[in-house]
Amino acid sequence: MTKSNPQTRDLNQSVGIVKPQSVDIKDPLRLACGQVLKEYHLVYETYGELNTNKSNAILICHALSGHHHAAGYHTDDPAEKPGWWDNCIGPGKPIDTNRFYVVVPNNIGGCHGTTGPASINPDTGKPWGPDFPPLRFRDWVDSQAQLADHLGIQTWAAIVGGSLGGMQAMRWSLEYPDRLKHCLVIASAMNLTPQNIAFNEMARQAIVSDSDFCDGRYIEQDKKPSKGLALARMIGHVTYLSQSQLEDRFGRDLKQGSFDRGNNSPVQFEIESYLNYKGDQFAESFDANTYLVITRMLDVFDLAREYDHDPVKAFSNASCRFFVASFTTDWRFAPDRSREIVNALISANKDVSYINVETDKGHDGFLSDIPRYIADLGAYLNNVAFEFEKEFEKETENEGKGEAQNAS
Amino acid sequence: MRVDFEIVKSWVPEGAHVLDLACGDGTLLRSLVDDCSVSGYGLENDPDSIFQCIQKGVNVIEKELVRDLDSFQDNSFDLVIMTQAIQAMKFPDIILDEMLRVGRECIVTFPNFGNIGARLHLASKGKMPVTKNLPYQWYDTPNIHFCTLADFRELCRVKQYKFLNEATLAERPLNKSLKGLWPNLFAETAIYHLTKES
Repeated sequence: MTKSNPQTRDLNQSVGIVKPQSVDIKDPLRLACGQVLKEYHLVYETYGELNTNKSNAILICHALSGHHHAAGYHTDDPAEKPGWWDNCIGPGKPIDTNRFYVVVPNNIGGCHGTTGPASINPDTGKPWGPDFPPLRFRDWVDSQAQLADHLGIQTWAAIVGGSLGGMQAMRWSLEYPDRLKHCLVIASAMNLTPQNIAFNEMARQAIVSDSDFCDGRYIEQDKKPSKGLALARMIGHVTYLSQSQLEDRFGRDLKQGSFDRGNNSPVQFEIESYLNYKGDQFAESFDANTYLVITRMLDVFDLAREYDHDPVKAFSNASCRFFVASFTTDWRFAPDRSREIVNALISANKDVSYINVETDKGHDGFLSDIPRYIADLGAYLNNVAFEFEKEFEKETENEGKGEAQNAS
Repeated sequence: MRVDFEIVKSWVPEGAHVLDLACGDGTLLRSLVDDCSVSGYGLENDPDSIFQCIQKGVNVIEKELVRDLDSFQDNSFDLVIMTQAIQAMKFPDIILDEMLRVGRECIVTFPNFGNIGARLHLASKGKMPVTKNLPYQWYDTPNIHFCTLADFRELCRVKQYKFLNEATLAERPLNKSLKGLWPNLFAETAIYHLTKES
């Protein structure tokens, strides 16, 4: 939801022009489904500098439509929009690139360069398509851990994620408790409600019902289920917005047509036009099979399943501190779902802070410029940065002393 | 630091697991963490106060205290604290019960409405007291359940709560010198440390 005004592209608060990086991970990735990805290509971006003791790294976990390009620009075209979380990542912003080394991968199964259903399956020489293995969040977390190894990062100062990004962050805290110090879970939940699964199923049915879907082998047949994918996005997108926001932004305004008597020109409401535009725009840049893979991951995710369905038992494995945020008008991942996380953390005696931000932005609140949200997030991360900066000072001091002793 | 905080702090055992209800800007909790190695959380619903808690690095949970502490388990804290807020609760008696359900002990501080200043104000002016510490008019005050020391003690007697510690505070010289003799008339602030009768 970031807007860029060509006249006012302010590079002082921006990471500027960035270049995606990538790595071919040759270590096999054992997936939760039992299959093994022998090797895979992972695209990611980084902002800021990794400090010498590698303690200032922060991992950003993207959501359904997200990817590695979270901040800055790819070109000097003044019309280009910045990355998807540019309002939070940059010099002087809550995720301050003057202090943090920010790592944003595009997750496996994705469609922005990382190995996914649209990539070539090395065993067949054809696109994976519907044969791409079903994934779980733990697979994403494992691949992110392989990326951390590649970058030489043993411990993340923090892992941050909104929506299903928050699910990855929580999974990290259980699977690799020693590899993160802070876990920031924004507008998320420990599993999906049946209502959420229902929306995902509608979106999937929209895709598979498109005659160009070709049982998922549309790339081989040089087709694209754009209509179905656009409809899937429309279903999803409207659930990310709140009723009051739709009311304020669109009301019952007409894009075209008229209600006047004697005038039978077809009527289109602003909200219809907006959703159609959003759907078409999304269908251009996203892969339908990826949408199926990720919505299915969301449906089956259940943080505490392997802990006797007891979230307190699950979180007792964590050793990081937590920050949880929700948004008052978010009905897709409602505040009560965040409170379940908070209550479990409190019962497990874990350090946690929780904010419930008043806004009309609905689920998309987590990507929005809401002053209170930005300030609280910034205040929390400021303390995270203080921690590793103090540590760094101590370590360099000790090294200095050590050298002085060696010299004498 | 506020004087009532100093006394509260002196009653908090080292390393206790603490819940601070209506924790404000987190000053008390921060100093309890730093000086008494406590663990725990503050509950607060004012966004500005929550921001200051986050800045101080204390665990703060956004929550409006209405009636119960439903999300907290029985005896999950050593101590539940509420400073200068019980008079703003809609159901102070239920909150008190809840504090002693969730915690084994509780500490409560509140302004004494039986103080001579309040009595004289009402008696001489015939109007609800407005003081430096309680500067609100009757219609806009968040403090909807004032009580005196005697009122509070009676509630505790009815509920069979046991007093572990108690203290009073006063700033004005007259109150200060006489509060030991006649607490309900001269104490400005009351501090009680309670537990359930065993």
